[in-house]
Amino acid sequence: MAIISVHNLRKTYGEKVAVDDVSFSVKEGEIFGIVGRNGAGKTTTVECVAGLRTPSGGTIEYGTAIRDLKEQIGVQLQDCSLPDKLKVGEALALYASFYSRPADWRALLAEVGLDPGAAFAKLSGGQRQRLSIALALVGNPRVAILDELTTGLDPQARRDTWELISRVREMGVTVLLVTHFMEEVERLCDRVAVISSGRVLAVDTPDGLIARAGGEQRIVLTSTAQVTALTALPQVTGVHRDGDEVIVTGTGDLLAAVVGALPPDQLAGLRTERITFDDAFLALTGHAPG
Amino acid sequence: MLVQKQLILTESKLFLREPAAVFFATVLPATLLLVLGGSIPGFRDADPSMGGERVIDTQLPGMMVLLSVVTLALSTLPSALVAYREKGVLRRMSTTPVRPSALLVAQIVINAVVAVLSTALTLSLGHIVLGVPIPRQLAAFAGVFLLGSVAMFAIGLCLAAVSPNSRVVQGAGAAVMFPLLFLGGMWLPRELMPSALRVVSDITPTGAFGQALRDTMAGHAPALSHLAILLGWTLVAGFAATRMFRWE
Repeated sequence: MAIISVHNLRKTYGEKVAVDDVSFSVKEGEIFGIVGRNGAGKTTTVECVAGLRTPSGGTIEYGTAIRDLKEQIGVQLQDCSLPDKLKVGEALALYASFYSRPADWRALLAEVGLDPGAAFAKLSGGQRQRLSIALALVGNPRVAILDELTTGLDPQARRDTWELISRVREMGVTVLLVTHFMEEVERLCDRVAVISSGRVLAVDTPDGLIARAGGEQRIVLTSTAQVTALTALPQVTGVHRDGDEVIVTGTGDLLAAVVGALPPDQLAGLRTERITFDDAFLALTGHAPG
Repeated sequence: MLVQKQLILTESKLFLREPAAVFFATVLPATLLLVLGGSIPGFRDADPSMGGERVIDTQLPGMMVLLSVVTLALSTLPSALVAYREKGVLRRMSTTPVRPSALLVAQIVINAVVAVLSTALTLSLGHIVLGVPIPRQLAAFAGVFLLGSVAMFAIGLCLAAVSPNSRVVQGAGAAVMFPLLFLGGMWLPRELMPSALRVVSDITPTGAFGQALRDTMAGHAPALSHLAILLGWTLVAGFAATRMFRWE
């Protein structure tokens, strides 16, 4: 069941078109990704969804779970900080007081693993983002909108943040995640809308988008044996030798077919290569992400 | 109302964590009054050039009250508001059920309370240590203090409205504050100003505010022209601030 349905959303600033024509719907309980390059219109789209901007055109419908946008949609925007000397616990207690039915902020604090006595200025980038997530959740929202959470974080902090987002879904909160990290999309998102120049190019699961980009798989092995026999397999579309390596391309259950066709001692150095979401994004948009 | 209380409480803690703001707005005016009033001998003698009044009667304490209000209104308040806009604190608040204007209200309340406390501290310390007279028209003094403070805070909000970032608001604050303090009689008592300069002083918010404070301290009624000037500044600056203020 859709908790948010966006139909033909359009937002212009004078001559400038920030969002041209965007439609998608978010199901309750999923992590829905909005992915695109910088300036594609991702942030403007979610700001309209959060009720922070008035669309120039189109409609946004909300499920029955959302009666009051500000109360039931928690938002973490880019470039929003807090006063330097405000302590983590004070920030959460203050923001909890803004909502009519807030979450237990102490439990939330334990969930994100921050010291309540730490001043905002002393927090690392990862800690600030965890606090931002906690602030977006402190009102007990049905939907959390998280905009470019992991930009500028080191790999460990990024992984910690991803884990936290997965736990947010387990709490029953629908997540609308804006990102330009393809790895983040593959790891977290159930479905994703690819946006370019203010338009939706595709809405699908990450795997579905990869499949659209061409479902071809590659198997690489360092076999010295005659592998021409592989070409007879129905799953195989091509076999090439590149120095010591043999590259087998194909579709379907390629791996099982190849392993079954070769004796075990001929499988040295076998690895599979898969088209990544990066490749799929490139194929869709004709540009590198980022 | 509960939210407003919580915001004021939190913002008060933040205010107290900025020692420089506390010092300039409260400690400095009271200390200057005691040090200057206590150490410069002529300040405690009747001065014929000031109509036989002692400098510590109304000139020095009046100017210290002015200094405290002007510092809070033109420096502390606008700097805090612009920093909140610049850092996205107001934008973050706009995502919650509470409007960011609640934060503006909290900031104004805190700065106003500090202005009152600082004035009370300055005058009572001056009275105890130097025998500075308690304002003889206490109700009129309070009324002038209120009207003058509102005018100064309106100008401060105007500064916050037109300043795009913290550097600009601090520079603009200083550029406005020092001429206004001079024209208010901070370094040259209004009695000693050439008449042309005094006319300019009369129409500035600080000149009108400073003289009205001194008049009520000496037991006179404030000049109606000074009250009108303060009201005029309040209306003009208040209108401009509400029209130009941006939350992000």
